[in-house]
Amino acid sequence: MSVSENISTIETPKKGKIKTFFSLLWSDQFAFFAAVFLILVLTSVIFGPMLLDYDAGRQNLRGRNAAPFDFTRGWMWFLGGDQLGRPLLARVLVAAQNTIFVAGGAVMISMTIGSVLGVIAGNSRGRLGQFIPRIADVIMSFPSLLLAVIVLYMLEPSVSNIIIVLAITRIPVYLRTARAEILEIRERMFIQAAIVMGASKFRIIFRHMMPMLLPTLLTVATLDFAFVMLAESSLSFLGIGIQPPDITWGLMVSQGRPYLTTAWWLSFWPGLAIIFTTLSLNLISNWIRIALDPQQRWRLEIESKKND
Amino acid sequence: MNKFILKRALASLVSLLFLVVAVFFLSRLTGDPTDLYLPVDASLASREQFRKIHGLDQPLMVQFFNYVRDLAVLDFGESIRRARPALDVVLEAFKWTLQLALITLFLVTLAAIIFGSLAAFRVGGMFDRFATFFSLIGASAPDFWLAIVAIVVFSVGLGWVPTSGTGTMMHWILPVTILFIRPFGLILQVVRSSMITALSAAYIKTARAKGAKAKSIIFIHALRNALLPIITVIGDQAAGMLNGAVIVETIFGFPGVGKLMIDSILQRDFSVVLASIMVTAFVIFLMNILIDLLYAVLDPRIRY
Repeated sequence: MSVSENISTIETPKKGKIKTFFSLLWSDQFAFFAAVFLILVLTSVIFGPMLLDYDAGRQNLRGRNAAPFDFTRGWMWFLGGDQLGRPLLARVLVAAQNTIFVAGGAVMISMTIGSVLGVIAGNSRGRLGQFIPRIADVIMSFPSLLLAVIVLYMLEPSVSNIIIVLAITRIPVYLRTARAEILEIRERMFIQAAIVMGASKFRIIFRHMMPMLLPTLLTVATLDFAFVMLAESSLSFLGIGIQPPDITWGLMVSQGRPYLTTAWWLSFWPGLAIIFTTLSLNLISNWIRIALDPQQRWRLEIESKKND
Repeated sequence: MNKFILKRALASLVSLLFLVVAVFFLSRLTGDPTDLYLPVDASLASREQFRKIHGLDQPLMVQFFNYVRDLAVLDFGESIRRARPALDVVLEAFKWTLQLALITLFLVTLAAIIFGSLAAFRVGGMFDRFATFFSLIGASAPDFWLAIVAIVVFSVGLGWVPTSGTGTMMHWILPVTILFIRPFGLILQVVRSSMITALSAAYIKTARAKGAKAKSIIFIHALRNALLPIITVIGDQAAGMLNGAVIVETIFGFPGVGKLMIDSILQRDFSVVLASIMVTAFVIFLMNILIDLLYAVLDPRIRY
């Protein structure tokens, strides 16, 4: 038996990566339940429209504004029926797909474009480095509502066009974050060392800068996902977002508004779905921030030791 | 200092010009106001006349130069919809938005700083957990949904407050409350994390060692040093509110600038759209310069 093996037996046995991940997650119970909820949402994103599309679109005038918690009609009517007698539970589950697709697509596009621009701006000391941040300023002061209306009139208001509108308005967030991080990273010693060693610009960016930049960008993206979801809901609510017969949660809230006094459940359930999803995203992003930060991770590790 | 203000003012002016050019041309892509304001069966002659009155018959570039020329003498054009100077319409609405924003911001700042500081004082304590969780809920709630639920519960169900409009004190309660929730959640998070950093500094240990009271440690020693990021996020939220709380104003029938903007975009009332964008952008730029100056007051190391 060599010395090194001896030491490793004295120390606590190393857990596998996956197990560490789960124990870190379990140690923050809020984050754990948030993750479970998000998995549920994802399941309905993938399978919802496949299984329930027929039920979500079938009108049944006997079930108009049917009250919730009524078991006589079957489980599908548990949350009540909408103004055309379609079961709300099925509609909420089906609408998850559009809602998540719009937010996810917008976040992906804006993160890609924004961080590429930000990395370029951060790395160039010339005119380009001056000019690119100004793009962010102009986009930020441009009213996003006007942009949405223009797209609505010029192109048709489809899911992909709403994604484009939201993506454009969110580019500055990533651009600024990436640029600020790069400006700070590029002065660090290890970058200087890499330059001295003769590493190419490409290699420095992808091999040395990206690993530092990605965790920050991912945390921002998780938070932003929640924000974009709310923005899409607001646009759909104002009538300049997704148009029927497509459905999203925001649109469902808006469609239920005329029936507020007689059938509150029309607007209530989709709104609750929005709240729970954004709340879960916020909790998860909080957890990611702590789990990825070497200086704060002990808070979770202590908790997970207690649970062992 | 003066040079800094001048430089910032010039930079703001340039972005404002960019904005005006972009909005002027892009807003015209939404369509011809003639189709909206004249009946479908209006004769070609009356259509021509309508276009002539509002200067829409000229080429786009000529329209633009005329607009800029009038702008130089602070003439923002005329509202098609209301047949009044666009600037008057906008300023009237902006007065309401400004009041709403100031009242809400005052309450949000006060509440977020007090609760956030207390949460940071004992990290992981009972109060901290509750404050963090509720602020997260607040930051996650869609305001249109909250507004709707609040109307159902407090206006329709309990009948305590009116559903919409303005006039009495009671009309302000719901809009202010709904507008309060999201910024409160966001700012509280920033106050908390910024205060945690400040409270772990060495001078706090000194203050504790010399026996200062907890209240004075939190609100005098730590808070002043934690203020910079807090002011930044308050500024961001204030900018959002000054742009008009479109959703809240629409739902509560509040005659603010956000509702005016969305209405005039949909009504293709271009000069009102442009005027409201310029007025709000001007105030926001002004506020940003003030915030930068405030940084220097709070942190003597910052000099311009």
